[in-house]
Amino acid sequence: MAEHAHAEAHHHPNYIRVWAVLLVLLVVSVAGPMIGVQWVTLVTAFGIAIVKAYLVAKNFMHVNIERRFVVYALLTVIVFMLLFFSAVAPDVMKKDGRGWEKPSWKTAPAAAPAAEHGGAH
Amino acid sequence: MSARPIATTRSAAGLPTGRLAVWWVVVSEIVIFGGLLASYIMHRLAHDAFAEQAAHTNTWIGAFNTLVLLTSSLSAVLAHQAAERGDGPKAARLIYATIVGAVTFLVVKGFEWTFEIQHGYTITSSTFWSFYYAAAGLHASHVVAGAIIMLFVAKDAARNQELHRVELIGIYWHFVDIVWIFLFPLLYIAK
Repeated sequence: MAEHAHAEAHHHPNYIRVWAVLLVLLVVSVAGPMIGVQWVTLVTAFGIAIVKAYLVAKNFMHVNIERRFVVYALLTVIVFMLLFFSAVAPDVMKKDGRGWEKPSWKTAPAAAPAAEHGGAH
Repeated sequence: MSARPIATTRSAAGLPTGRLAVWWVVVSEIVIFGGLLASYIMHRLAHDAFAEQAAHTNTWIGAFNTLVLLTSSLSAVLAHQAAERGDGPKAARLIYATIVGAVTFLVVKGFEWTFEIQHGYTITSSTFWSFYYAAAGLHASHVVAGAIIMLFVAKDAARNQELHRVELIGIYWHFVDIVWIFLFPLLYIAK
């Protein structure tokens, strides 16, 4: 097919099945917090998000059969994100100790104005 | 001299230039969204008030929009499959289905934001809501851009023209889906 420039015919996975697995994972991620255990929420919310992203990248974006340098480029920016987080997080997250105190936090009201509007919707 | 664009005809890095460009966009977008989400996570972990504010987002609406985007990703990849088999009209129909998913997502988001703003949760209410509207708004702008581009791709695909673009917009759309996959637990589940 002339129009299809890259024309790399490849094996297509069963996309409907992949989609069904993604929906099951979505249900688990919504149901997880209902158990009320924090570590279960973390696993079902963020662990499953990573699994879902992997399934989409592999099966829908076909990263697994893409040129290797594309994979390396994707991994490189993800590593840079982790570097950014590890370098900045201590400054943002550490509240106590010499040089880390944030006076504005201590004088700020405990709850934001919107909280007065009441419960969840 | 060929009138066809080099994005279609050249394959400088071992893959068509158009596809290389889309991957370049995706890599750049990871930095944009990654920086935003990393900043959100830092503040979420440092401020308990974030959890109190996140309790006001509606998990079911977020879950429904996740379902919509996952389904639109399915139609996008099926469009790619149809294009690879040379069936432009079928690819076009599937891209239009993907656009319906994008519009559904935006309409739901519009109702959700209207409700939240009416209840006083605006972009200036607190740091959480600033992150919420910035992240979800940036993502929604990508949904709008994707839907507009898909209109042009579908129009050509229906005539069996430029079928390679079906895969290119698909890669972009799946990335938009992946961003939402991470936004959903951050903004709607971690309460």
